[in-house]
Amino acid sequence: MSAEKKTDFHVVNHSLPRRDGRVKVTGKAQYVADLKLIGMAYAKVLRSPYAHAKIVSIDTSRAAARLGVYCVITGNDLAGLNPYYGHAVKDHPLLAIDKVRYAGEPVAAVVAIDERTAFEALEFIDVKYEELKAVFTPEQALAKDAPLLHEKQFEAGALRGFEGEVTAGKGTNICQTHKIQWGDVETAFKNAAAVVEANYYFPMTYAYAMEAYVAIADVTDQGVNIYSSAQHPFMVRHDLKSVFNLPVSKVRLIVPFVGGGYGSKSYTKIEPLVAACSWKAKRPVKLQLTVEEAMLTTRSDDAYTWMRTAVDASGKIIARQAKIYMNTGAYAENSPLVVEKSTNRCVGPYAIPNVLIENSSLYTNTVPASSYRGFGCAQVTWPGESQIDELAAKIGKDPYEFRLANAAKPGEEFFPGMRPFDGTLKQDLDTAAKAIGWGKPLPKGHGRTVAVSGSDAGAYPLTSTAVRVHADGSVTIMTGSTELGQGSHTVIPQIAAEELGVPFESVNVVASDTAITPYDRSTGASRTTTLMGSAVLEASREAIQQMVVMAADVLKVKVEEIQAIRGGVRCGEAQLNWSEVISKFYGLPDGEVIGRSYIRKSGKFAKLPVFWEAAATGVEISVDDETGKITMEKLATVGDVGLAINPALAEGQDIGAATMGMGIGLCEELVYEGSQLMNGSILDYQVPRFSDLPKEVELHLVQNQDGVGPYGAKGGGEASLNSMAANIANAVDRAVGVRIRQAPLTPERVWRALRDKKSKMED
Amino acid sequence: MQLSFQLNGRQIEVHSEAEETLAEVLRNTLNLNGTKVSCEVQVCGACTVLVDGVPVSACTYLAYEARGKNVTTIEGLEKADGTLHPLQQAFIDDFAFQCGYCTPGMIMSAKALLDENPKPTRDEIIHHMDGNICRCTGYVPIVAAIQRAAEVMAKESKK
Repeated sequence: MSAEKKTDFHVVNHSLPRRDGRVKVTGKAQYVADLKLIGMAYAKVLRSPYAHAKIVSIDTSRAAARLGVYCVITGNDLAGLNPYYGHAVKDHPLLAIDKVRYAGEPVAAVVAIDERTAFEALEFIDVKYEELKAVFTPEQALAKDAPLLHEKQFEAGALRGFEGEVTAGKGTNICQTHKIQWGDVETAFKNAAAVVEANYYFPMTYAYAMEAYVAIADVTDQGVNIYSSAQHPFMVRHDLKSVFNLPVSKVRLIVPFVGGGYGSKSYTKIEPLVAACSWKAKRPVKLQLTVEEAMLTTRSDDAYTWMRTAVDASGKIIARQAKIYMNTGAYAENSPLVVEKSTNRCVGPYAIPNVLIENSSLYTNTVPASSYRGFGCAQVTWPGESQIDELAAKIGKDPYEFRLANAAKPGEEFFPGMRPFDGTLKQDLDTAAKAIGWGKPLPKGHGRTVAVSGSDAGAYPLTSTAVRVHADGSVTIMTGSTELGQGSHTVIPQIAAEELGVPFESVNVVASDTAITPYDRSTGASRTTTLMGSAVLEASREAIQQMVVMAADVLKVKVEEIQAIRGGVRCGEAQLNWSEVISKFYGLPDGEVIGRSYIRKSGKFAKLPVFWEAAATGVEISVDDETGKITMEKLATVGDVGLAINPALAEGQDIGAATMGMGIGLCEELVYEGSQLMNGSILDYQVPRFSDLPKEVELHLVQNQDGVGPYGAKGGGEASLNSMAANIANAVDRAVGVRIRQAPLTPERVWRALRDKKSKMED
Repeated sequence: MQLSFQLNGRQIEVHSEAEETLAEVLRNTLNLNGTKVSCEVQVCGACTVLVDGVPVSACTYLAYEARGKNVTTIEGLEKADGTLHPLQQAFIDDFAFQCGYCTPGMIMSAKALLDENPKPTRDEIIHHMDGNICRCTGYVPIVAAIQRAAEVMAKESKK
């Protein structure tokens, strides 16, 4: 339990309305898509029709000569820049250089007076390609005669976020490998009472942030200024610093409201390209991708997993082994970290004494894969939680009881070397099971299951902030945590208001601007409440310490005689609120105090993960025998969040994540046919809609104040996604007796499985 | 060409090219950025505005088609005294948005529903709203917000 355990909260742990409510419901919230700069031009991108081809020549003269076109930029125009970027592996050119590696890769950009002029000029760019043999799956990429996507040795990115070696660029198509091992897997499987073993496929998915990638760049001798819809502006800054060879102080990323992220806007995307456009066009340039182009920019890694899991005679899980091949597409992006995380996440949240997981990601001639909500966890929780049910069925145990018996316990170091488990899975599972009516009779064709996820959060502790207390007692928080919709700009001021004892309404937030807001590594991996929240809490306390010293000066007493009370200080009979302390200190009703804090990998944040992100979900589904269509009858989410700073927002994250997970379970899948993405539009790529809404939904939070964040808080918002696909497959098996190991469980796949089962029974 | 229509209760006249969509004229010419554009193929609902009370996808609706008609966008819902439309207030009260990008279109679609059917059932809400995608909320709080707004509007109309 956290030392900070406290329950008499004034502001936190209350579902206060969102800070961004009024601007968002009135259409006044500004996103990058809405911004215009004076003198701004517009860029459009020409994309490769080939999956793998040499660029023989590019002739831009006809396009460049068109009325309204300022310039055309290609990979041949980048002398003077370092055109390869990547926080993990610098393998990604901002425009294709010499060759293209996937159909849809940017080859050239036109900068023109407006979007239409730029778009119309694209067809006047003449590119000659020489097609090369291409690979689309890990198996093809590993073949002896496979063509190499990347010939050269890469520079490892400085900010890769993990401690292992980067393995890309060593003369193969292997992008990254990772392995974990403890115990003796072979012996355990030999001695097992029961084993399940199978192959699983997790599909390529598209996050569909409804605001497609968009950025505006203005590159001058003053530096590189960019407005971008980016989750991690400070990491993008690092890439741009390298592309333009500038000091950090000359690169500025400004992030207004972001129209959805879900991991897809983490790390650098179109910013180097739009900056190069501005650099060449010598004016501000906006690049707004269409959703179809966004689908050609980032997707999730799809994963081919072979897994086996064993139990002893008492029903204790004794071993798990897996081999995973992930398809990372043409460039590494964040996939090296996805590989590491998905390897680790094959284990949890169960205490398994014998483990061997081998994972590798392969470059292929497909859209680059990167972070996707819960990076790497959904890919392996799909086989992992499927096998828990398969194993329970095999040994005749109730899958809920089987999970309870094997789940990691609070405080247990179930993953050697990592932070002991800080969640309460028993309570999570109990709550989910109760919510969906576990044990009650079900109609025919219905199935009900629970599943869990416990992942080593990728949140890396490197965060700073400034809390400015003004002479009128109001507060401005400088935060580099981006408001993606998760509610960070509501939660952060709640924490400052709680600590400083000032009204929530008087605390304001300045949004991510790398020139103004102190460094925050990223906004992802469910880190903001825990890490930025801790930074704001500490900075608020540091401001209080300063104001105590100021009060002593004002009252002409010793510092020890000043007692900090809620919203101010007391000294004997005298009481001053913060406004009075600051005004009297400066002698004018103006001025401020700046509280600061720096969070790093030390103290309570020394041991990784900073927290285990845990959640349980429960579902009841029904299957239509005739069509194979699955209907969601009930859904329950249980977020094990330590303490919800804003319970309504925490629950909102859970239902949002579970719905995305439901999408993977039911319908979401990018489909390649040969070199081309076949469903690269929202007409064809199915996402959950209102009509997919489960008939009954219950949202629960488990709040044991067992996290390292403020008041025992820890992260949430990813874990409810991870278990959903397996949960649906498990429920289908219990409903109609077919086991499907390829997600999503489309009506066709379910129907085919039912037909196969029928024909086997008839045989 | 010159184009005139009613926009949020006021007559306006703008210059527009024949191929321009209503979303382009609203966003680029009139700087009314509340109407968002996402899928551009009429399947996500983010760009929904009302034309003579009927919800349309402004991303593909030609501006020319709006001539002489009555167009309502998200900017037209707040009253001059700052009072929000019951739907806008309910979206805040029920946490019915996160990133907010789908919200203007979501609210306009819901307004079209409540204008026509002031007491929709849950199934009617789901059926009517099926053309609007939200990737953040899982739809649950949006249904709750529409139900709440319907109740508030029913009470207001009794006054």
